[in-house]
Amino acid sequence: MKLDSKIPPGPVTEKWEKYKFDLKLVNPANKRKYDVIVVGSGLAGAAAAASMAEMGYNVKCFCYQDSPRRAHSIAAQGGINAAKNYQNDGDSIYRLFYDTIKGGDFRAREANVYRLAQTSVKIIDQCVAQGVPFAREYGGLLANRSFGGAQVSRTFYARGQTGQQLLLGAYQALCRQIGLGKVQMFERTEMLELVVVDGHAKGIIVRDLVTGEISAHAADAVVLGTGGYGNVFYLSTNAKGCNTTAIWRAYKKGAALANPCYTQIHPTCIPVSGEHQSKLTLMSESLRNDGRVWTPKRKEDCGKAPGDIPEADRDYILERKYPSYGNLAPRDISSRAAKEACDKGLGVGPGGLGVYLDFADAIKRLGESTVRERYGNLFDMYEKITGENAYKVPMRIYPAVHYTMGGTWVDYNLMSSIPGLFVIGEANFSDHGANRLGASALMQGLADGYFVLPYTIGNYFATEKQPKHKTDHAEFKKALGEVETRTKKLLSIKGKRTVNSFHKELGKIVWDKCGMARDEKGLKEALQQIPALREEFWKNVNVAGENGELNQNLEHAGRVADFLEFAELMCLDALNRRESCGGHFRTEFQTEDGEAKRDDENFAYVAAWEYAGEGKPPILNKEPLVYEEVHMSTRSYK
Amino acid sequence: MNLTLKVWRQKNPNDAGGIVTYDANDIIPDMSFLEMLDVVNEDLISRGEEPIAFDSDCREGICGTCSMVIDGIAHGGQRGTTVCQLHMRHFNDGDTITIEPWRAKAFPVIKDLVTDRSAFDRIIESGGFVSVNTGGTPDGNTLPIPKVDADEAMDAAACIGCGACVAACKNASAMLFVSAKVSHLALLPQGKPEAERRVLKMVKAMDEAGFGNCTVTGSCEAVCPKEISLDFIAKLNREFGKAILKNRAERQVAD
Ligand SMILES: Cc1cc2nc3c(=O)[nH]c(=O)nc-3n(C[C@H](O)[C@H](O)[C@H](O)COP(=O)(O)OP(=O)(O)OC[C@H]3O[C@@H](n4cnc5c(N)ncnc54)[C@H](O)[C@@H]3O)c2cc1C
Ligand code: FES
Repeated sequence: MKLDSKIPPGPVTEKWEKYKFDLKLVNPANKRKYDVIVVGSGLAGAAAAASMAEMGYNVKCFCYQDSPRRAHSIAAQGGINAAKNYQNDGDSIYRLFYDTIKGGDFRAREANVYRLAQTSVKIIDQCVAQGVPFAREYGGLLANRSFGGAQVSRTFYARGQTGQQLLLGAYQALCRQIGLGKVQMFERTEMLELVVVDGHAKGIIVRDLVTGEISAHAADAVVLGTGGYGNVFYLSTNAKGCNTTAIWRAYKKGAALANPCYTQIHPTCIPVSGEHQSKLTLMSESLRNDGRVWTPKRKEDCGKAPGDIPEADRDYILERKYPSYGNLAPRDISSRAAKEACDKGLGVGPGGLGVYLDFADAIKRLGESTVRERYGNLFDMYEKITGENAYKVPMRIYPAVHYTMGGTWVDYNLMSSIPGLFVIGEANFSDHGANRLGASALMQGLADGYFVLPYTIGNYFATEKQPKHKTDHAEFKKALGEVETRTKKLLSIKGKRTVNSFHKELGKIVWDKCGMARDEKGLKEALQQIPALREEFWKNVNVAGENGELNQNLEHAGRVADFLEFAELMCLDALNRRESCGGHFRTEFQTEDGEAKRDDENFAYVAAWEYAGEGKPPILNKEPLVYEEVHMSTRSYK
Repeated sequence: MNLTLKVWRQKNPNDAGGIVTYDANDIIPDMSFLEMLDVVNEDLISRGEEPIAFDSDCREGICGTCSMVIDGIAHGGQRGTTVCQLHMRHFNDGDTITIEPWRAKAFPVIKDLVTDRSAFDRIIESGGFVSVNTGGTPDGNTLPIPKVDADEAMDAAACIGCGACVAACKNASAMLFVSAKVSHLALLPQGKPEAERRVLKMVKAMDEAGFGNCTVTGSCEAVCPKEISLDFIAKLNREFGKAILKNRAERQVAD
């Protein structure tokens, strides 16, 4: 496979503007002749579907939830970055660009990241115009907070519900187009296959989750905005339904998958309380603005009530190790610091898997009411889950899987290696390198959906002039048959183990061997265990019910089946990358004081994996990362 | 702890449905209510029976997917809490718990505890937005908005569209839901130009979807997991009245 990133020439600051001018346009009257399928109604999908419909394209939009408003983006709490420099604290497009490149540990594409920083500014304007109720100062202007990995205050927020408000903005724009008949919405509908005709993406096969009907949809282009694959770990902060099916099916049809081993572990989640745990809950990272992370200095103190441990016996781990960023060190660094402390036996709470996040000083300094105003809903959520009042006792937190930087490989146009297949939002690999900074996923999803894809997709239509196909084409029939066969197979095994038990076991393997720390031995073990588990799954899984009705167990089974394949590629990628960078920490490759040690000479590339057929090892394609603007340096947050 | 569950089972929209009793044993207080149901379902599947269908996704109280009536109360009666955030420490060993779906003409049952709430989407599609296209919007700070207004708009915008308000209302009215969106947008300058047109269209869509009338009993506010205030219904009524009085708006709806 030849990867062409299509990065335009010229200085990084001018690429996008110039490129936009060079893009071929589709005449307004001709836009209605093009049909576009958008899978996903999260920030990326909803924004793209609404924007393209406004431009005149005919859009079909799909989501597995019962309403587009419920996409997982709704759960984002903390905020969205934009280089507005409203605070006059030295922020700029260039600084946001630089912070993102550095935060990503020099494993992201410069040109994409610069474009992201540029568009960030317009996103806020767009959302304000839609009526997103961002937090404001008394003077009526927009308020900002700071976030991990940045020394400026550039994060816009709507209480602790930023994702909800941004998604509702995009959902409302989408609803407007549904009402106008420009978008046809398919809720409770899951994409189970991609259809490729003569090398171009031409449609999808879906299952109606209410009736079980499996059907085909044809279009001139397919867009996937299907979110991240964090649920491969079983326990993550993702919604229960989040899955890898769409991008995995696309991979098997020829869309290269990039950097699957780049997964992000978030430092501030509520610790696991027992075996029954079905998902993990994030406490927004914004809490680290005012909360202080500490553990007892001595093991003997771990069982004590936190109030009984005097100041002198506490270790404020982040403040000690990273004095200039302190509690706001980036996510990967903060997560590892917590893990290290717990590994040394200094963790607190059940199983010793937790560290304190303490607000006592903030409450003293600002008063309880200010803390309540800033984080009230998070404190409430914490209390509901743990039964503890964090105004009185410190929160307990532990890292959890949260975000996946890897995803479908896309070029500068956000087009995958299958022409006509575009991938946006968390589902692609594009902008965050090996680690994403807080409040940058919402920014990327909306940048892709509102401001990048609607332009670049037009260029595809205007230059390619591909024929239209109907769903009676042989390729559609073949793909439909494949989905029917797989569904029947899942229902016919009637083995002895539940779908959930397989998912849990897979999650445990990847968390232990491809989680916060990885090494060659563990990854090689995982690469034995995963295929064995997959084999057992296809012999011994027990999927309840039938196809012709709402069957949540069958839905879960299909997703787990894909995770069981995907996990292997993730571990293979982690094994191949013999360096540590960002969220990918190989214990063999670290500095003396335990920081990630990159190997720029050998690994400054995007690993884009190509499917080679059933039972064959995937092919590794390398897209070299060339830094023209910034100098690759060792990240330091000290 | 050990519990007895009385659960509404209904195979499909046409099935009459009925209550079936199950044991839920060895339940841990730290489990969420849905995790308790997961345990019951794992057991049912292992025994070759069909698991209880129920909706959930985020499981952190924000997506509005989870929806069930527990012992007669939508979301189970803990103030400001969705059922996914309700934890078993609020129940006692030996309790019998009745679990039913949302019940409203506009929310038909699909299966067991799963209902069709797409009527809410129809209402938003009718006008619950600001008509701006992507691009060409002015700088965010060119429009100062008093903090109190922004905060109040946010109070209304916090609605998660779960439908508990409808399930709790004896008339199955959707007024709290509609009032939250109408108020959110009417409180902000961005929403003002279309305010009249919006409220008329949304109320019309609400009526057409088969929701009942509001008799201000306040049961919606009591069960709302986001504690959306009844005051917004008063605001909706005012907005509606204003719009009706200006016959100009009627003309707008007609086009
Ligand atoms: C708890 C939490 C808090 C977060 N907080 C922040 C934050 O403060 N700031 C920030 O920037 N980022 C945050 N993030 C990350 C951010 O929310 C996500 O990365 C982002 O919202 C992803 O958006 P998306 O549009 O790509 O995908 P999603 O919102 O996940 O949407 C995916 C869509 O695809 C659909 N879909 C998926 N698979 C299929 C299929 N097979 N068939 C049909 N439809 C399918 C789904 O129905 C859904 O509509 C947070 C994430 C989590 C988990
Ligand atoms: S599952 Fe999302 S609110 Fe309960």
